[in-house]
Amino acid sequence: MNEPSDSDRPASVVHWLAWPDPHAPEARSPLYGHAIAAGFPSPADDYVETWLDLNQLLVRNRPATFFLRVQGDSMIAAGIHDGDILVVDRSVEPVHRSVVVAVVDSELTVKRLIREHGRIELHAENPRYAPIRLREGQELVIWGVVVHAIHNVE
Amino acid sequence: MSATIALVDVNNFYVSAERLFDPRLDGRPVVVLSNNDGCVVARSQEAKALGIPMGEPWFRLRALAHRHGVVARSSNYALYADLSNRVMEVLAQFAPVQDIYSIDECFLDLTGLGEAPAETGRRIRQRIARWLGLPVSVGIASSMTLAKLAAHVAKRQPGREGVCDFGAMAQAEWQALLQGIDADEVWGVGPRLAAGLRERGVHTVWQLRAMRTEGMRQGSGVALERIVRELRGEACFCLTDVVAPRQQIISSRSFGREVTGLDELEQAISSYMARAAHKLRSQGSVASTVQVFLRTDPHRVRAPQHAPSMRIGLLRPSADTLLLVRTALAGVRQLWRAGFAYRKAGVVLSDLQPAGQTQADLFADTGREASRAQLMQTLDRINARMGSGTLRLASEGIDPAWRMRRGNVSPAYTTRWEELARVR
Repeated sequence: MNEPSDSDRPASVVHWLAWPDPHAPEARSPLYGHAIAAGFPSPADDYVETWLDLNQLLVRNRPATFFLRVQGDSMIAAGIHDGDILVVDRSVEPVHRSVVVAVVDSELTVKRLIREHGRIELHAENPRYAPIRLREGQELVIWGVVVHAIHNVE
Repeated sequence: MSATIALVDVNNFYVSAERLFDPRLDGRPVVVLSNNDGCVVARSQEAKALGIPMGEPWFRLRALAHRHGVVARSSNYALYADLSNRVMEVLAQFAPVQDIYSIDECFLDLTGLGEAPAETGRRIRQRIARWLGLPVSVGIASSMTLAKLAAHVAKRQPGREGVCDFGAMAQAEWQALLQGIDADEVWGVGPRLAAGLRERGVHTVWQLRAMRTEGMRQGSGVALERIVRELRGEACFCLTDVVAPRQQIISSRSFGREVTGLDELEQAISSYMARAAHKLRSQGSVASTVQVFLRTDPHRVRAPQHAPSMRIGLLRPSADTLLLVRTALAGVRQLWRAGFAYRKAGVVLSDLQPAGQTQADLFADTGREASRAQLMQTLDRINARMGSGTLRLASEGIDPAWRMRRGNVSPAYTTRWEELARVR
C-alpha cells in the first residue's frame, strides 16, 4: 500500500470519517495493526481484533463462495480427503492447474484442470483414477474454483 | 433528465436454484411444489413447454409427469432465501440505489452512471451467471413500470440474450413491440382492471399508453393514471417507496429520531414482527420466508448510508410469534453495523399459505395476547431445559406426517453443514 504523504493524511482521515463504505471488504490486520492508518476509532475495533475470523482467511468473495463436501479419494495427493469441506469461489477465473469443481456426466466432481497446448483435461490426484479427456465437441462446465480445503485431523 | 431504471429478474428462480447444485436437472422439465407438495409454484422452461400451468395441483400432473420424466421438487426456502440474498448483494455492486421487490426481482437506479445501460445489463447477467449460476433477465427503461415490461420482453425474446433496453430502441420498433403485448402484462393491471380496459377497447400496452389521463382521477382512479403515465416514461413510482408486492405482510416504520444502537433496533424489529405475525394469524396464514431490512436516511446525503436487507427461509412454515421474532432478531444482528444512524426498519413475511386446521384453532384470535405469550415463554423454557422439541406447538404437528409431504426437498446446501452438496 502506498504510504500517503503528510499533506495527504489529514484529508484522507476526514474522508474516512465522513464516508465509511459499508460494502468495503474488511481488511483488518491481525491483532494490533497500524494505529493511525486504521483510523476511525470504532468501539467495535477492539472487539474484532481480539480474535481472528476464519471467514477473512477463507472467504474472499462472500456472495460467490460456496462450501461443498468431498466424497471419495480421487484428489488425495492434492491433500483433499474424503469428508473434507471445499471452499469454492465461483468468481475466480480457472487457469491451468487450478483445482476445480466441474460438471462431468451431470455430477459435480473435484479435479485438477489441465489446460495447455490446446488440450483440456481433468486429472485426479490419485493413480487409481484415469484422466478425464473431453471428447470432440464436448463442453467442459467448470462449476467453480477450489480455493481452500478444510480437513478435520481428529 | 429522465431516469434509467433496471429491473433484474431471476428466470424461473426456484427451479434455477435447484439446478445449481444438481446438474442432473439441466435440460429436464422441473417443477417446484408448494410447501405441502400441493401445487406447482415454479416451472422450468421445459415444464412450461409441456403446458404445465402455474398453481396446478401435483396429483393431477402425476400421469403427465411420468410420461415426460418431469422432476418435482418440494420447495426449499432455506436455499432460495440464501441465493436471493447473494443475488441482491451482487446487484448492489452495480447501482447506488436498489429496491428489492421480491425474492427474485430487484429494481436498480442506473440514472447517470455513464456506461450504456444495456452494457450494465449484460455485465449483471454475466456476473450473476458466473458467480451464482443463475440466469437473469434485465429490463431497462425510464420508469419502473416500463422496466418491468422490458424485463418481460427480455425474458421472452431469445434474440435479446436476456437484456432489453427500451431507451436504446428505435421508436417504430418500440411501438410495434408494445402493440404486440396484452395490456394485462403491465405491472399493476390485474384481471379486473384488464376486463374493464377491454370493455373500453383497450387491449394492448400501446393502447393503454395512449389513454387520455384527463379526468381519470375521478373515473378509473389514481392507479390507472399512474400506470398510463409510467408507460409514457414519467417516473411516478420512486425506488425508495416501499412498493406493496404480491402476497406479503410488511410491518415497518420510520423512527422519530435516528437510531444507532443494536438494542433499540432489536426492540423495534421485535415489535414490528409481533404485529406482522398477529396479522398473519388473523388472516389464517403461515409464512415461509422472513425478511428484515434497515435503512439510514437517504435524504441526508452527506451522512454515511447503509440500507441492508436479508431474507431467511424457515424450515417449516410458521405463524409462531416467538419463532418469527427470533428469526428476525437473528437477521437484524447480521445486518446492523456500528456507526450508522438508522431511520427506518421493518420486516416482511412472504411465501404465505393457508395454515392447517389445528394451527388456525390454536391461534384463533381470542384477544388473550398475554396468556399466549406466557404459554410460549413457558414452552421455550421447558425446551431449553429438557431439549429442543420436548414440548411443541400443536401447529408443528404431534405426528410429523406433514414432513413426508415434502417428499422431494433438496438439501439445505448453503445453510446447513450436514447438508452440503457432495463432490466426488
